[in-house]
Amino acid sequence: MAETHSLQDLRQAAVASKVFVQRDYSSGTICKFQTKFPAELESRIEKQQFEETVQTLNNLYAEAEKLGGRSYLEGCLACLTAYTIFLCMETHYEKVLKKIAKYIQEQNEKIYAPLGLLLTDPIERGLRVVEIIIFEDRSIGSR
Amino acid sequence: MTGNMHLGVEEPIRECQYNQICTHNSSPMGTPHTKKKKIKRKWQVFQGRNKFYCNGRIMMAKQTGVFYLTMVLILVTSGLFFAFDCPFLASNLTPAIPAIGGVLFIFVMGMLLRASFSDPGVLPRATPEEAADIERQIDTTNGPSGPGYRPPPRTREVLINGQTVKLKYCFTCKIFRPPRASHCSLCDNCVERFDHHCPWVGNCVGRRNYRFFYLFILSLSFLTIFIFAFVITHVILRSNRTGFLSALKDSPASVLEVVVCFFSVWSIVGLSGFHTYLISSNQTTNEDIKGSWSSKRGKGNYNPYSYGNFITNFCAALCGPLPPSLIDRRGFVQPDTPQPAAQTNGTGACPSNQVQSHMAATNPLLHSQTVILGGGTPLQAKTSLGGPCSTLGPSQPSLPSSIPGLSCGGELMALRDSEIHCHHHLHHQHFISPEETPSPPAALPCATHLGHHVHPAQLFDPASQDSLHEDSVRGLVKLSSV
Repeated sequence: MAETHSLQDLRQAAVASKVFVQRDYSSGTICKFQTKFPAELESRIEKQQFEETVQTLNNLYAEAEKLGGRSYLEGCLACLTAYTIFLCMETHYEKVLKKIAKYIQEQNEKIYAPLGLLLTDPIERGLRVVEIIIFEDRSIGSR
Repeated sequence: MTGNMHLGVEEPIRECQYNQICTHNSSPMGTPHTKKKKIKRKWQVFQGRNKFYCNGRIMMAKQTGVFYLTMVLILVTSGLFFAFDCPFLASNLTPAIPAIGGVLFIFVMGMLLRASFSDPGVLPRATPEEAADIERQIDTTNGPSGPGYRPPPRTREVLINGQTVKLKYCFTCKIFRPPRASHCSLCDNCVERFDHHCPWVGNCVGRRNYRFFYLFILSLSFLTIFIFAFVITHVILRSNRTGFLSALKDSPASVLEVVVCFFSVWSIVGLSGFHTYLISSNQTTNEDIKGSWSSKRGKGNYNPYSYGNFITNFCAALCGPLPPSLIDRRGFVQPDTPQPAAQTNGTGACPSNQVQSHMAATNPLLHSQTVILGGGTPLQAKTSLGGPCSTLGPSQPSLPSSIPGLSCGGELMALRDSEIHCHHHLHHQHFISPEETPSPPAALPCATHLGHHVHPAQLFDPASQDSLHEDSVRGLVKLSSV
C-alpha cells in the first residue's frame, strides 16, 4: 500500500518516471486534454479521480477560450483603446489561467502528493501536455 | 569536495575547454545561484531564429529590413501629408480632415507595431522527456527500425467536426503539430494557426497577432485612400485658383504622395479584401494556398473550423479571447528545471515547478547514487555539477577523481551540441571511455536513457538528473561558446 506523503516529503523523493497526457484535438484547436487513463498510473490512483481532474481542467480551458458576450466586449473595448487597456487589466484568458494554476496546486496538495504523484501546470509545457511525475515510493522519508 | 573538482580540471583540459569553465565558474560555495553567474532570461536561450529587443519585450523575425521600409513609407507619406496638404485643407475645407487623418495614422502605426512586436503564437519546443515519450509511442506503433533506415513520416490522424485532419510531426520542435499550426522555416518555430510570414511586418502572422495584422492592413487601406483622395482634392482646389502647374510648384510633396498612394492602394486594398474573405470563411492563407478545404479536393471536403456564418467567424477572429504567449520570454531560466525548449512559468504560481526544482536542488544526487551506483562514492559533490558526474561516472569508488571531471566535460559537450543530449551523450561516453576503465557501467545508464526496454527507475533517474542540471551549465557553456 502506498504511504501517504505530503508535498514537502516529495522533496526527498527521486523521480521514477513521467507520464504525459497529450492534447485531444477532436473538438478542433481548443485546448483540451485526453481523458484516457495512462497505464502507468493504474497502481497509483483511481481512474475516476484522474478523469475528473482532467475533465475539470478541460472545462476551465474551455471557459478561457469561450466565445461569448464577455469576450466580444473585452475584444471591442481593447480594440477601441488600441489595446492599451491591457496595460492596466489582464485578459480573461489570463485570469482563467490563474484559476487553473490554483486548481492544480490544490489538487496536488490534496490528492496527488499523498499518492506520490505531481501534476505540472500545462502552461509550463506550452499547453502541449499535462506532465505527471511519478515518484518512487520507497525513498520517501528514508532520508 | 572542492579538491576533487579542481583535480578534475587538469586532466580533461586537453579534451574540452568547457570543463575548465564549468569548474571555475562554480564557486566553492557550491550553489549555482551565486551572483557571479548572470541568471538568464528565457529569451536569451530561445531556440528559434528570432530577434528580441527591450530585454525580451519585443520579438521579431531575423530579417527586418523590409519592416523598416514599411515604417519609412508610412511615416514619410503621412508626414508630408500633414506638413504640406493639411494646412491648406484645414483652412479651406475643415479641420476635421487632419484630425481624422491623425487618428487613422496613429491607429495604423499602433497596429503595425503590435503585429510586428508580439509573439505570433510560437509553440515552445518539447522537453527531452516529452520528446522521448513521443518517440517511444511512435516506435511502438511503427515498429522498431534498424539504424540507417529512415522511418516513414510521422503523422497522426484526428477527426475534427467530421473531417479527417492529419497532424504532422515536427522534427525540429519534436512535437506533433496542433491542427492549423505550421513550422515557419524563416523563424524556425512552429506557430499556432500559422497564416504566413510577412516580411513587411517583419514577423510571422499567427494566432496571436492575426487580428493586429488584419486591422493594420484594413486601416492602412483607409489611410491610403484618405491621403490619396485629399491630396487630389488639394491639388484640384489649388489649380482652380492658380492653375495646375503653379499648384504643383507650390506643393511638390503632393506629387510624391500621390505616386506612393496610387501604387500602394492596389496591393493593400487587394490584400485587405483577400483577408476579409479568409476571415469570413475562417481559413488561413496557408490553407487557402494549399486548397485544404476547397471543394475541388473532393465532395464532402469542408472547413471544420468554420462557425457556419461569416459574422461569427469575423467576431471570433477579431474579438475572440487573446491567448497569452506560451514562451514566456521574460521569465528567468530556472537552473534546475529541464529546459531544452523555452518554457513558460505561466501567469500564476507554479508550486509544482518550484517543488520540482527545489527537490532537484536539494537532494537528487545522493539518491541517484544510491539507486544506480549502489553505494556512496567520494563524489558527494555539493555542486550541481557533481550531479551528472556522479550519475554517469563509473561505479567504483576507488577511481581517480579526474574521471568525474571527464564525464562532466563530456556531458557539457553533449549539452552544448544538442537538445537531444542523450544521443550525444552516448556518443561521448564511448569517446571518453577507452581512456578510462569502467566503460560498460558508464555507458549503461546512457543506453538505458535512450529509452528501450528498461526499468523505469533506472530509465529516468539519469535522464532527470541530466536534464535537471542541464541548465545550470547551459548558461555557462553558451557564454563560453559565443
